[in-house]
Amino acid sequence: MSSDSQSHAYWRATLGLLAQVLVIWFLVSFGAGIMFAGPLDSIKLGGYPLGFWFAHQGSIYVFIALIFYYAYKMGQIDRRFDVHEE
Amino acid sequence: MDLQTTTYIVVGLSFALYIGIAIWARAGSTSEFYVAGGGVHPITNGMATAADWMSAASFISMAGLISNMGYGGGLFLMGWTGGYVLLAMLLAPYLRKFGKFTVPQFIGDRFYSQSARTVAVICLLIASITYIIGQMTGVGVAFSRFLGVSSATGIYVGMAIVFAYAVFGGMKGITYTQVAQYIVLIIAYTVPAVFISLQLTGNPLPQLGLGSDMAGTSVPLLAKLDSVVQELGFDKYTTAVPGSKLNMFLYTLSLMIGTAGLPHVIMRFFTVPSVKDARASAGWALVFIALLYTVAPAVAAMAKMNLIRTINPGIVMQNADPYGPDAAIKYDERPDWMKRWEATGLLKFEDKNGDGRIQYYNDKTKNADVKAKAEAAGWKGNELNVNADIMVMANPEIALLPNWVIALVAAGGLAAALSTAAGLLMAISSAVSHDLIKGVFKPDISEKGELMAGKVSMAVAIVVAGWLGLNPPGFAAGTVALAFGIAASSLFPAIMMGIFSKKMNKEGAMAGMLSGLFVTLFYVFAHKGLFFIKGTEYTGLIGGPNSFFGVTPEAFGAVGAAVNFIVAYLVDKVTKEPPEHIQHMVESVRVPRGSSIITGAH
Repeated sequence: MSSDSQSHAYWRATLGLLAQVLVIWFLVSFGAGIMFAGPLDSIKLGGYPLGFWFAHQGSIYVFIALIFYYAYKMGQIDRRFDVHEE
Repeated sequence: MDLQTTTYIVVGLSFALYIGIAIWARAGSTSEFYVAGGGVHPITNGMATAADWMSAASFISMAGLISNMGYGGGLFLMGWTGGYVLLAMLLAPYLRKFGKFTVPQFIGDRFYSQSARTVAVICLLIASITYIIGQMTGVGVAFSRFLGVSSATGIYVGMAIVFAYAVFGGMKGITYTQVAQYIVLIIAYTVPAVFISLQLTGNPLPQLGLGSDMAGTSVPLLAKLDSVVQELGFDKYTTAVPGSKLNMFLYTLSLMIGTAGLPHVIMRFFTVPSVKDARASAGWALVFIALLYTVAPAVAAMAKMNLIRTINPGIVMQNADPYGPDAAIKYDERPDWMKRWEATGLLKFEDKNGDGRIQYYNDKTKNADVKAKAEAAGWKGNELNVNADIMVMANPEIALLPNWVIALVAAGGLAAALSTAAGLLMAISSAVSHDLIKGVFKPDISEKGELMAGKVSMAVAIVVAGWLGLNPPGFAAGTVALAFGIAASSLFPAIMMGIFSKKMNKEGAMAGMLSGLFVTLFYVFAHKGLFFIKGTEYTGLIGGPNSFFGVTPEAFGAVGAAVNFIVAYLVDKVTKEPPEHIQHMVESVRVPRGSSIITGAH
């Protein structure tokens, strides 16, 4: 890490990505899966009511996508600030 | 070949495999013993983490719980997977960069305090030991039901197997056996599910089958299930929520935070070569976990459908009136699997109205229509009691699958219990040998001495776990909630603040951990008795059961975590900043560069 401002910028970028991922994490599970499951159930996904689908299936798929997205984006941020592992 | 012989052969083969791996993977250094040498591939570690994580409860009990709860059971599905997002982003990569052997070691170093480390060890020990009781009883239960030996014999055999690979192989032996155990358990879980999904919907993928039409009709399976269960007086399957939505919300959150804070899961991420690998490995772990967790809700709904179809065939197949005179099957004509499970006591029939037929419905329903119909048909209450665990264990028999599939389920249940037990034993023994013996009592111990201490603590932990499995304290059922509550309310916030706040000091962290722990224990004990001793419940003192906004003790971990964060923040404000070198340490933990294979050097 070359300077203090560099290291601040790196941490800000990390926290920014974190916030993005956590918002989606919250929306699919606590949002679509719990709080808004009732209204969403009127929409059908095949034989699934949508709110039920988010609680029993959808959240899990989104969680997986989120972790890989996070890992990929962090890799980019690491290289941009030149702090990646050799 | 009869069922018993087939089961012995399949289970025997799986055990031979684990022992073979034990002989191949012996640990010769502390690095191999604690972190499998630090060179485990992220996908391999993901698979091992999945087996480590998925316990006897996930394998045997979860689908049955969801089956009974319906939609509300989604809290287990979301809670036990969503925690991996938190783990991947908030803890795992940073703890990997920190580069030491154990979770308490991070807490002790970051908060420059042996007392903080000791508190962390105590939290770890309570969480892991309560958790392991369930695994050992799970091993005993699986043995006694599938292999026809006593539960005690089952536990001795289980102890011997774990001993073989955990004591000699440490984390290295455990890692590679967990990979094998994952493969066994996932095949055992998915094969019956695929057959059942095919039978019911014609779709081989259970994840899609659950959203498909019933075979040969244009009615979605879930819609059919909704109408069938409602006709029998149960809540609508796709919307039923036991308790309130707020409770479901907090329960889910508690499981997520607890998952991310459980030491036996966190420490698996010390075994990968780099920070980058730790991030990816959490993703792979969730992929392997999701293979089971997305099948479980299908198993839950389909098992419920199959159960009702068995008891009351017309209602599922021909839209017949379930209250018709010949609708329910005669007890004497019940299928063989029911007879087999009746022998275990997990399935009970009582002919309340003496008509020789089995009536299965919700006799506590508030639906006046259902009540009237049941009364008119001369029903005098529900006559069939089904233990939730049957939904997975008897599933292949209910669906009339061949014997080898039933045998496979036995091997899978054992694999799930053994792999989790081994992970927990590893967490316990490393906390004892590395944090207590080397960290506190005998810092000058040699590497060879520490390795020996690790193996001895592992052996002692196995004996203690076995003893607790043989003599399960009366509270065994309530303890998993406690493990998650403790991990959520004490360990997770402390680790997270250690990484994300440079200024958090030891006073704040200690006060936070202790108050989070205290509040959670206070609420749990109020419902379940002081230290789970029957008769010492004090719900009166807190204003009745679930008095905190209707929150159940299982869902309280999230509240405990909030208390931890708040208290830590306040105490931190009025005490002095952590020393300069600690703040530098936090900065270095935050960047990946400079990570090295974990060797445990101080």
